[in-house]
Amino acid sequence: MPSAAGVVKAQPWNDPSARPYVEVERISKSFGDFKAVNDVSLKIYQKEIFCLLGASGCGKTTLLRMLGGFETPTSGKILIDGEDMTGIPPYERPVNMMFQSYALFPHMNVEQNVAFGLKQDRLPKQEIQERVATMLDLVKMSDFAKRKPHQLSGGQRQRVALARSLVKRPKLLLLDEPLGALDKKLREHTQFELISLQDKLGVTFIVVTHDQEEAMTLASRIGVMNHGEIVQAGTPSEIYEFPSSKFVADFVGSVNMFEGKLIEDEPNYVRIASPELGGTIYVSHGISAPPEAVVWVAVRPEKIFMSTVAPEGSTDNLVRGTVQDIAYLGDLSIYLVKLPTDKVVRVTQPNTSRHAEAISWDQQVYLSWDATSPVVVTR
Amino acid sequence: MVALPYLWLVLFFVVPFVIVLKISFSDVDLAIPPYKPLLEWVGNNSLAIKVNFNNYAFLFTDSLYLHAFANSLKVAFLSTLMCLVIGYPMAYGIARAKPSLRNVLLLLVILPFWTSLLLRVYAWIGLLKANGVINNVLMSLGIIHEPLTMLYTPFAMYVGIVYSYLPFLILPLYANLEKMDWQLLEAAEDLGCRPWQAFYKITLPLSRNGILAGSMLVFIPAVGEFVIPALLGGPNALMIGRVLWDEFFSNRAWPVASAVAILLLILLVPFMMWYQSVQARETAGDR
Repeated sequence: MPSAAGVVKAQPWNDPSARPYVEVERISKSFGDFKAVNDVSLKIYQKEIFCLLGASGCGKTTLLRMLGGFETPTSGKILIDGEDMTGIPPYERPVNMMFQSYALFPHMNVEQNVAFGLKQDRLPKQEIQERVATMLDLVKMSDFAKRKPHQLSGGQRQRVALARSLVKRPKLLLLDEPLGALDKKLREHTQFELISLQDKLGVTFIVVTHDQEEAMTLASRIGVMNHGEIVQAGTPSEIYEFPSSKFVADFVGSVNMFEGKLIEDEPNYVRIASPELGGTIYVSHGISAPPEAVVWVAVRPEKIFMSTVAPEGSTDNLVRGTVQDIAYLGDLSIYLVKLPTDKVVRVTQPNTSRHAEAISWDQQVYLSWDATSPVVVTR
Repeated sequence: MVALPYLWLVLFFVVPFVIVLKISFSDVDLAIPPYKPLLEWVGNNSLAIKVNFNNYAFLFTDSLYLHAFANSLKVAFLSTLMCLVIGYPMAYGIARAKPSLRNVLLLLVILPFWTSLLLRVYAWIGLLKANGVINNVLMSLGIIHEPLTMLYTPFAMYVGIVYSYLPFLILPLYANLEKMDWQLLEAAEDLGCRPWQAFYKITLPLSRNGILAGSMLVFIPAVGEFVIPALLGGPNALMIGRVLWDEFFSNRAWPVASAVAILLLILLVPFMMWYQSVQARETAGDR
């Protein structure tokens, strides 16, 4: 198997012979009556960036802390590189963690912070110096080696924390909201730096984040968590284009959701009547659901075409509405279109032209989409 | 309003200090008060100023005084050390306790202050004396057959001082530890530290200012402590506070007593300045 660069292009999770690096087997963690993590199983492969994505309180941080050894699972076990981690304390795990608060030691300067883990391992002074210098160079913090943490900006602290957790060359790095404390511009910039660093060092990353955009950018695979469970795991595009449930469709990106009933259920297409939409939806692939079942159809805002004249062709996947609101975001605009059923549909359109706002408030528009665009979920 | 603290200081520190300083330079006299004035009209329209350094010189000629000074420093130092050994785990435990439990524990630390120090020291006499509580319990359990001599020994004195001053060490140390980010310990463990190593490398250095502040609050008053050594320590407990008392009340040697007091103050000033700078650093948040 070739060692793919950056994003794992080889998709080892689709290869039954590939050996997972981290195996989480039916792990649960309860705090009193509260089940923080509920029967989670996961396989994570070498050089992956696996993102645990979920709202706060969904159990993602607890799962990460169990991997680091800071929480003891109530049941289930974790294997790292084939070795059972049950009862192994954090200081003996081949794992390092980057904390959300960064947890830099305030009484040590940048250099001492980064050297801490190496000194703990009693490496020769010469080697410690070299490795610290290399690492600081890698995160572009060499000029700040003698500064104390409180003299650094948020972004600089983030780099130091990253350097400190990577300098011991762990095979697996756990990152708890690594970019959470940074402002938007810096966050975007740092995302790509993080990817290139991971690529360079060949470390496996497990990242906890609540920011779906961050997860999409970083991850080779995303595990979406809700109420202590992994509701779906897959590549960013799988998660986005083929969500398996209403929750995932709604949580990742924005989506228009229409409740409806199957009226035609064939192996190669389905037709759904949706009173909420006030029309029928035609989907060009079969789904597995009982006849007459209540289903939800998810259509992404960017997959909806909007025009002032009725498109030719079928009456499926076509509704009329009134533009209620327009938000201009620069690169694209968001239109909120009110249907006769009072349902408001969200449509985004790229602003390809600099002038001419073709569609404006209170205008009658037609909304339509391709038969391949909708996703049908049954739960 | 700004002047108020200064007024307070002038009234209750500077004025008494100047009075004591003045007495320390005067001669003993069989009079009330028992010393001669520094300034005297001697006729011929002249004012005689007589500054007597003998009181200070005397302190250095009689080894008793230097001995008492040295012993006081030793007792204060050892007491502070014992307070630290006992108080650090307590402060640490309180800081890491659940918030609901924390207030109860803090209350327990402060609770003894609700009775007078004197009563508490007397209570220790009741515990430590030959037919006191401790000896009675040990004898009835058959652990000892003769009462242990505890009262009026250095042991009793240390017990009294450590017991009385422990809260002064715990409270500032707790205030310091309470601000600590415990995630730092997880980070240290993550980087390969065993829990005790994490304590030694992270918690201890970060609580340094709390340790210094608490230690000074014990050490400085313990050097001049009078009541506890007098009541528990017995006749051999030679502390400078007792020497001062004896000079003042038994010998009626006010000038010598004043000289002792001034010397004690001079001895403690460096420690107080150190404490001040620690406090200033703590407030500035630069640790």
